[in-house]
Amino acid sequence: MELRLEKFTKRFGEVTVIEDMDLTVESGEMMALLGPSGCGKSTTLFAICGIHKMSGGSLHFGDRNVTTMPAQQRSVGVVFQNYALYPHMTVEQNIGFPLKVQRVSKSEIREEVARLSDLVQIGNLLDRRPAQLSGGQQQRVALARAMIRKPDVLLLDEPLANLDAKLRLEMRSEIRRIQRETGITAILVTHDQVEAMSMCDRIALMKEGQIMQLAAPEEMYANPSSQFVAGFLGNPPISFLDAVAGERLDLGTGQSLARPFGLEATGDVVIGIRPEFFGPQHGTGLEGEVIFVEPQGREELIDVRLEGGGEIRSVLPAGEPVKPGERINWGVATDRILAFAKDGTRL
Amino acid sequence: MTANARIWHLVLVLAACSTPLMIMYVFQVIESVAESDPGSLWPGELDFENWRFLWERIDTARPSIWVATFNTFLFACATAFLVTALSTTAGYALSRLNMPGRPYFLGGLIILHAFPTITLIIAIFIILQFLGLFDSLLGIILVKAALELPFGVWIMKGFYDTVPWEIEMAGVQDGASRVRVWWELVLPQVKPGLAALLIISFLSGWSEFVLPLVLAPGTSAQVLSTYMNAVIQDDTTADFGLFKAIGMFYSIPVIIIYLLFQKQLMNIYGGGTKG
Ligand SMILES: Nc1ncnc2c1ncn2[C@@H]1O[C@H](COP(=O)(O)OP(=O)(O)OP(=O)(O)O)[C@@H](O)[C@H]1O
Ligand SMILES: [Mg+2]
Repeated sequence: MELRLEKFTKRFGEVTVIEDMDLTVESGEMMALLGPSGCGKSTTLFAICGIHKMSGGSLHFGDRNVTTMPAQQRSVGVVFQNYALYPHMTVEQNIGFPLKVQRVSKSEIREEVARLSDLVQIGNLLDRRPAQLSGGQQQRVALARAMIRKPDVLLLDEPLANLDAKLRLEMRSEIRRIQRETGITAILVTHDQVEAMSMCDRIALMKEGQIMQLAAPEEMYANPSSQFVAGFLGNPPISFLDAVAGERLDLGTGQSLARPFGLEATGDVVIGIRPEFFGPQHGTGLEGEVIFVEPQGREELIDVRLEGGGEIRSVLPAGEPVKPGERINWGVATDRILAFAKDGTRL
Repeated sequence: MTANARIWHLVLVLAACSTPLMIMYVFQVIESVAESDPGSLWPGELDFENWRFLWERIDTARPSIWVATFNTFLFACATAFLVTALSTTAGYALSRLNMPGRPYFLGGLIILHAFPTITLIIAIFIILQFLGLFDSLLGIILVKAALELPFGVWIMKGFYDTVPWEIEMAGVQDGASRVRVWWELVLPQVKPGLAALLIISFLSGWSEFVLPLVLAPGTSAQVLSTYMNAVIQDDTTADFGLFKAIGMFYSIPVIIIYLLFQKQLMNIYGGGTKG
């Protein structure tokens, strides 16, 4: 079901956390709310599920206006960051609780619990209590409990934050699989850009209560609308250099780069170069000294201090014979250079 | 075992300090059934004469021990239930509901808890007199419960504070009303606190002396502590053997309760964590 936030405003006392936010999540879509800590992701989520009252604006599920509907009556499933399983109940009772509240018959509850526990693959754990489950299993239980009522919308608040690296990978694809299989409309709150990019159809990147850009992951990565977005997405992160745009992009240090095609601006700019677009595979152009090499298994992160000042990052396949202290002259993929005005807007 | 070995000197010191207490208890038990000759430490013949209060009235002016026991039991149970029921709800409100004046309420609780309540006794006396509850069991039950409440509310608030609020939010999201969430999801998490509070307030009621003495001095609402007091005061020659035997009788339930519910009582200091 489509979810629509219109002119959503949230105040805590005097403090306005979110002002006039518009957000539409298409039916069956998985949307990421991504942003740094304190930008208002959880606040938005809690407004959607009804835990927080909205200070202004309206919320629609499909063509129903649910702005003032109490949380109990909204059809929203929530997976909390710490899962919030009921410790005194078995897995079966946990998953079945939402139906028990609705006075569904016992046999029907059992059927539904069986269906959901198959979906999240925990059918053999129904008699256990939450304390006897691993983190990943608890996560699955929380997911099943959130979905048993067949909610209009599924909300996930940092669902992977408490898992170890390997489990995180596994649950990432699991959650995506379950979301695809059920076709449920979902919102995932996260501050991890890898999670957002790998799991979601679209990303809403937030900063200080505002959506900076809303786009599909690849689009947002390749075509960020501002310096903030460019810096937030990408791991290892993008490098920014000050430049003056004229005939060429003059770095002011005796070095310069060719103007990317289509750039119209002149004068002071900030250019962003992603690490994969700087390296020996792009020819020559920038001279500098390798100051740090960080092996990462499959690849190596290389920090370079440019001749005359400025630092830039590169990522190369592992095994490249690059040592700290080495002098290099590497090229930049010119048309992949991102240029921003001094105030951070994209040029 | 290794921990025991390491702290043996501590155990030794504690044992040495509590030996006099132990000796007193042992003699209390022995002398209640076997009077020693004057000047001698060794008990004489076995003699259940001191326990005669169980089957006969030791003084016709007073009710039998069984009436007093029943009164004590009623008094302790009623205060325990009252305190627990009120603390359970009040503690939740203080822990979770954002009501006006909450910080002052919390501060007030601590002050009340530390307040020497005996200084209030005259005011309470006047109030009871006014309400017509003076010299009645109901009166002292209400007073005792009121005095125990700050402690109970504080303890329960502590237990509620350890329950993650997401559990409640999850319950609300699952469609349950706030009351149902509290009853079905939150209350089970604080059960250990509930049990401990119930037991502690029962024991506190069981051993209460001053309130019944001052506020229910008549014979109708006599409890065991005031009964004992009367025994030692009335007689021209104090019968210490009888006194000791009644004391034994009075403390047996306490000992049993401690033995049975040790684990639950410990919970109050553990803050209700469990696996
Ligand atoms: N109850 C509250 N009272 C006052 N301010 C609040 C309250 N809850 C949140 N805020 C403020 O609102 C802003 C957004 O908070 P929110 O919890 O939505 O951040 P978030 O994006 O979820 O961050 P995180 O990634 O750290 O969870 C923060 O600056 C926070 O201080
Ligand atoms: Mg948050």
